[in-house]
Amino acid sequence: MAVAMPLADRAVLARRDEIVAALRRIVPGEGVIASEPAMRAYESDGLTAYRQLPMVVVLPETTDQVAAILGYCHREGIKVVPRGAGTSLSGGALPLGDGVLLGMARFNRVREIDFDNRVAVVEPGVTNLAVSQAVESAGFYYAPDPSSQIACTVGGNVAENSGGVHCLKYGVTTNNVLGCELVLVTGEILRLGGKHLDAPGYDLLGVVTGSEGLLGVVTEVTVRILKKPQTARAALVGFPTSEDGGACVARIIGSGIIPGGMEMMDGPAIKAAEDFVHAGYPLDVEALLIVELDGPRAEVDHLLERVQEIARECRAVTCRVSNSEEERLLFWAGRKAAFPAVGRISPDYYCMDGTIPRAKLPLVLKRMQELSQKYGLRVANVFHAGDGNLHPLILYDANKPGELERAEKFGADILLLCVEVGGVLTGEHGVGVEKRDLMPAMFSESDLDQQQRVKCAFDEKGLLNPGKVFPTLHRCAELGRMHVHAGRVAFPDLPRF
Amino acid sequence: MLSSDARRGDNQSTMTALLKPGNPAEVEQAIRWALAEGKTFELVGRGSKRAIGRAAQWDATLDLSALSGVTLYEPEELVLSARAGTPLDEVEALVAASGQQLAFEPLDYGPLLGAPSGAGSIGGALAANLSGPRRIKAGAARDHFLGVAAVSGRGEIFKSGGRVVKNVTGYDLCKLLAGSWGTLAAMTDVTIKTLPRAETSASVLIFNLDDAAACKAMVAAMGSFGDVSAAAHLPAAVAARIAEIAAGRTAVTAFRLEGFAPSVVDRKAVLENLLAPFGALDSLNEAASIALWRAIRDVTPFAAKTAGDRDLWRISTAPSRGAEVGRALTEQMDAEVLYDWAGGLVWAALPIADDASEPLVHRLVATAGGHATLIRAPAAVRAKVHVFTPEPPPLAALTMRVRQSFDPQGVLNAGRMWAGV
Repeated sequence: MAVAMPLADRAVLARRDEIVAALRRIVPGEGVIASEPAMRAYESDGLTAYRQLPMVVVLPETTDQVAAILGYCHREGIKVVPRGAGTSLSGGALPLGDGVLLGMARFNRVREIDFDNRVAVVEPGVTNLAVSQAVESAGFYYAPDPSSQIACTVGGNVAENSGGVHCLKYGVTTNNVLGCELVLVTGEILRLGGKHLDAPGYDLLGVVTGSEGLLGVVTEVTVRILKKPQTARAALVGFPTSEDGGACVARIIGSGIIPGGMEMMDGPAIKAAEDFVHAGYPLDVEALLIVELDGPRAEVDHLLERVQEIARECRAVTCRVSNSEEERLLFWAGRKAAFPAVGRISPDYYCMDGTIPRAKLPLVLKRMQELSQKYGLRVANVFHAGDGNLHPLILYDANKPGELERAEKFGADILLLCVEVGGVLTGEHGVGVEKRDLMPAMFSESDLDQQQRVKCAFDEKGLLNPGKVFPTLHRCAELGRMHVHAGRVAFPDLPRF
Repeated sequence: MLSSDARRGDNQSTMTALLKPGNPAEVEQAIRWALAEGKTFELVGRGSKRAIGRAAQWDATLDLSALSGVTLYEPEELVLSARAGTPLDEVEALVAASGQQLAFEPLDYGPLLGAPSGAGSIGGALAANLSGPRRIKAGAARDHFLGVAAVSGRGEIFKSGGRVVKNVTGYDLCKLLAGSWGTLAAMTDVTIKTLPRAETSASVLIFNLDDAAACKAMVAAMGSFGDVSAAAHLPAAVAARIAEIAAGRTAVTAFRLEGFAPSVVDRKAVLENLLAPFGALDSLNEAASIALWRAIRDVTPFAAKTAGDRDLWRISTAPSRGAEVGRALTEQMDAEVLYDWAGGLVWAALPIADDASEPLVHRLVATAGGHATLIRAPAAVRAKVHVFTPEPPPLAALTMRVRQSFDPQGVLNAGRMWAGV
């Protein structure tokens, strides 16, 4: 493990039996897991390179239990790591050896569906897909659709501000969540938002969304549901170069079209996907674009014509449009299977997640090829082209000494490249432990200090998910100190009127 | 230390000094000076919304209007960066020239406050988390706010977010600054998402519905394939003040359709079919539709020149509860209401009262769920009632801690939202 985690507190570890007993009093029955074999299931999340057994796992069922657990841990100075389904790709739910792992899986009920107000009220352990399934009978759905949607939970989506392939048009989690019940580390229970829009004061829901489990534990979420589009059709367009593909994406958006989804794959990803699912992808192109239009039939047909015209003008060498739902799903099958497809051609792969200004794509792909040579590792790229979110898949073999470390260095270089061209370290997977130590590449010390001061406002003792997101932990007292130099601040140049 | 030149602020009863920094470093200097001297600032962009908020006293005004100019606009990347004091009009005109818009449709408080239109800044639009009728489809300013550079009330420059739409790197401090009314930090540079402007638009109208029936019609429309981008209900006396819909002399429920021409035609048919059972229908062409929604956005029926003798509340509730809030107000007093956001936003113009009817409004909001903001009332009233809905104690305490994490000494706009916040 390349990332250093906070040192285990021996005094806490010495009290393990007492802590387990206290948790059993709060959550009776099967809700506390303390045996090593049973805790193994929780030792890592979707970023399996990092593993750590927790001190104890607790699976509460009610908000009061969550509040009691957090209140107890807060009083006793015990660290807590919240966990949804454990699908994080950045190690956001990586346990701590001296910490309580707070699993939210038992919060799995849909509490209310309110079609009149177009919201669903769900518990955080409900899976993303289950929200859409719960409302589909009336023709509604929940828009954010991360690729793990069959397994990932709404609570995890809130923690990570998850995206998906449709977020250019429909937004990410933060744009689709209206309210939540939040338990602070002190055990205080708050309500943020509801079925109405906007906050009376600070948008605390907005900062909790995407806070990676560092600010509080969500025990209920109110999400916006949307009427399902009447129809969706896709175009599959191949280009001789990634420049041509990138130019086509820019032209489509520049002409006023916001597609429901717009995905790009590079040569290696196209080949791996086609070999795996036989979606009929052309193999003689360097960039393949899936453009999906959704909405009323008249609109979709109209826009598909325009997309085809633009594609031709951008030197597309192939262009097919789906004429049936089966064909549309086939176009997507290759893209959706891109990760497992790459898994077939390499013993292991490492999935990265930077975002770049779209126009920089050809430059970034070129530089990535140079890095690929440098590290002696292959890379395949899938790209949420509409919003610039790039997922390079680095191919390696964990059984070959040094390859994992090389893959991690290669990945870090790619993310630094994203920042260098005006992008960011992570578009949707989160910082977690994985990108924690890269944060200074994007943020100055004072940027990070201000973020940590917000953390202090929610969790002064730093007990919730420590070791994630921030490369250096400061004590809140130290962060709160003011450095005012009375009398030494002059501003002779400041215009005064 | 400050110059003797001064001007009178809307919220101030005494003459105050004015600082007008020209760059972020000067903003930082000014705030560090205030910290060292124990002074407080009223923070303003271009000053168009100074009359909103709890009336409080500050030692000097920190005016950010000299931080002006668009620094980056790439239409094909859907992104624009500007100095925070850049006129909102300038930003909207620039993106319109490329066939784009700010999809959150920021309302212009000018008419309601009896001030000129088009006087706001982009930073002010974000700090007040403005939105308009399209809020229900496209979100508020918060949803389009990608990145920020600011100076905290600690006198420290910091940034958050970036220039790309998909970004989860670190906490989303843009969300906190949106709607913070300048109480956390002085924004110096902002980056927002721009989106294509609809190729065309039209509106469908229903006449003569009562408030409750109108809300039912709006619920039906919002759950249809109509893909409505705005839905509002105007009782007869209110509708009479908007030229485009005044002729019918009845209540008007309006639905806006925006998009590509064939799509608008298609959805208009869907919507008319759906709404026919509710009552007599009519429609507005693009030009009239644009004028109507502009009037609803800026709530011109309650503009200061027509209804300036009334206190004005903006109430956000669940769409299904809007009509009950409106009915309760009209039953208890000579209130006028206008419903936007498919019933979820109630604009209420109430007869002037010493307490701006604040206890009643907040009682109704507590029952229906949501929150209310007192938009227009004399400063003396705004100094003593809850202009923003009070938060319950644990939440109010968290709000205070968040404020102190940015501005521990209360230098910036302290007391603008609640006492101490």
